[in-house]
Amino acid sequence: MAYTEEELKKELETKEYEYGFYTDLKSDTLPKGLNEDIVVAISKKKNEPQWMTDWRIDAFRAWQEMEEPEWANVHYEKPDFQAISYYSAPKKADPNKTLNDVDPELLEMYRKLGISVDEQKKLQNVAVDIVVDSVSVATTFQKTLAEKGIIFMPISEAIQKHPDLVKKYMGTIVPKKDNFYAALNSAVFTDGSFCYIPKGVRCPMELSTYFRINEGGTGQFERTLVVADKGSYVSYLEGCTAPSRDENQLHAAVVELIALDDAEIKYSTVQNWYPGNKEGKGGVYNFVTKRGLCENNAKISWTQVETGSAVTWKYPSCILKGDNSIGEFYSIAVTNNYQQADTGTKMVHLGKNTRSTIISKGISAGKSQNSYRGLVQINSRAENARNFSQCDSLLMGNECGAHTFPYIEVKNKTAQIEHEATTSKIGEDQIFYCNQRGIETEKAIALIVNGFSKEVLNKLPMEFAVEAQKLLEISLEGSVG
Amino acid sequence: MLKINDLHASVDDKEILRGINLTVNAGEVHAIMGPNGSGKSTLASVIAGKEEFEVTKGSVELDGEDLEDDAPEERAHKGIFLSFQYPVEIPGVSVTNFMKTAINESRKARGLEDMPANEMLKLIREKSELLEIDRKFLSRSLNEGFSGGEKKRNEIFQMAMLEPKLAILDETDSGLDIDALRIVANGVNKLKSKDNAVIVITHYQRLLEHIVPDFVHVLHNGKIVKSGGKELAHELEEKGYDWLKQEQAV
Repeated sequence: MAYTEEELKKELETKEYEYGFYTDLKSDTLPKGLNEDIVVAISKKKNEPQWMTDWRIDAFRAWQEMEEPEWANVHYEKPDFQAISYYSAPKKADPNKTLNDVDPELLEMYRKLGISVDEQKKLQNVAVDIVVDSVSVATTFQKTLAEKGIIFMPISEAIQKHPDLVKKYMGTIVPKKDNFYAALNSAVFTDGSFCYIPKGVRCPMELSTYFRINEGGTGQFERTLVVADKGSYVSYLEGCTAPSRDENQLHAAVVELIALDDAEIKYSTVQNWYPGNKEGKGGVYNFVTKRGLCENNAKISWTQVETGSAVTWKYPSCILKGDNSIGEFYSIAVTNNYQQADTGTKMVHLGKNTRSTIISKGISAGKSQNSYRGLVQINSRAENARNFSQCDSLLMGNECGAHTFPYIEVKNKTAQIEHEATTSKIGEDQIFYCNQRGIETEKAIALIVNGFSKEVLNKLPMEFAVEAQKLLEISLEGSVG
Repeated sequence: MLKINDLHASVDDKEILRGINLTVNAGEVHAIMGPNGSGKSTLASVIAGKEEFEVTKGSVELDGEDLEDDAPEERAHKGIFLSFQYPVEIPGVSVTNFMKTAINESRKARGLEDMPANEMLKLIREKSELLEIDRKFLSRSLNEGFSGGEKKRNEIFQMAMLEPKLAILDETDSGLDIDALRIVANGVNKLKSKDNAVIVITHYQRLLEHIVPDFVHVLHNGKIVKSGGKELAHELEEKGYDWLKQEQAV
């Protein structure tokens, strides 16, 4: 790359002008559109080393050759990749904005979820006046983590401070050419998280709390890398039950987990992006690639509660490479109105005595479509592999759909595979029974849905299980007339 | 307490109740008997406010108030309880959780705060002892995998927890063995007071040996065709329903 950043900026400004839009080109915004220059510009803005820039360019070139996948059971208008702005620095608090400027409907939702006023302000980019508590809590956390040698920071910072670790692991689980959206993410990711737990260390806290205090908004192209070294343990939570009305329509995240020998990673997600309105207008496209690798005796457990987004396409998977390794997937996916979700997992058994468990709970309401898609693959050398899958669907009303696409590939005779699936409908008799006991219909539905989802809710860290439960109720509000 | 006036009700345009008149006062036990298909369960559902039944004529009043516009949950808040003939299963929801929700919803309707946990525990302990229920049972999912007897006992446990003004027991004796029948009947008797009332819907006289009614009514073709004291139940047990049907025909 011959030209400097300054030259690049100038070039971009001219281009911007050429296209005829006016943008107040602050130093932290790039114009809409995607080409190799933009990819390089993102890398430069982050002061990345050359290897990282080259990595991105490689991904970008691969992406250009790729086709957007169409096999999922979802229908949507394909995004215009030239109409997206690929870099904008996190929004700063607007000093003139108060909570009175925020959509009252959203505030009502926050209230129902029991989100504190400070947190509401943070979510809406309103300046927070009382920060003493959260700052001191965060400082305590940082100190505890540092004492244990745990690295937990934005991935952009990790690229600067721990290039060897990042270089060694990034793209090893989800290669940059893995799929269309993973390639796009690899080219243009702006931030995300990096976490490294040293050998034999048990992370003393859920990384969720820390995360929520420090991470204001999540980016459009997030990249997460979690490495648990031998014999270590970490529980990580991403996302937030608070609804996010992000204006970015396309979200394409990549998450890579690496559990070395005897390590365990528990990764929980609560996804509540804007699902679009009741008529199916707007809403986020959530196209995510999540995958983890287990070495010998390692364990990875994915737990997800998916209630948001207009279109979801997501399969958190485990590659059970090591002998005696364990993969788990616990999922609740709720779709309402016109939402579409195609989600599930892949359990790839390579090592001996590997075990996997899949519990998927799909809840469809309104005119939504909810699909489970899962692959259980037992390779020829995976002696005595075991899998148990359970896919339950709950339907509300007559206009929604639930679909199950289980794929099973077995190349070793010693494998034991069990698959159970049920589909049920919330019956009028159940509702009347609850009504007769004094429980009104909305509350009755919440109770039934929570009962249905219990096995998965129980897998969430305590503090989030309660919030997730409320979130399920709110997501289905008004779904039965 | 309960006053039913010339009640007519249909489902899918088929008339099932054809002019029921019934008055139940506080402190009374009424038994409603009758052959299959006579409308006994429909009457129970209509009092509880089940929407699939359409009231075409007449009224149901509780303490002088017409219930016509009240949703089933509002009727429950006013003190109507129905022990179901076929209680439904709600997987993943424990009996305790269900009761806690029901009690707190009723309290909310009356403008009260949630019941404090210690009070709730005390109440659960007291009522489960009354009905000889093992408390382990209360952490199981509501009615899921319950035997017929367990389901019925659970209904009466809920009744004890909710302390209704008017309890309607719809075929509570079906599926009960003799011991369970005794326990359930004892429970109902202990809960009886001068302020509440019970309507027992049954096929057989068996339950009425344990829960002694003040009045017995025979329902046939959607109408009460005969009313009397507890001796009427004995007569029915001996003679069956045919003689009443014939009497009707004449």
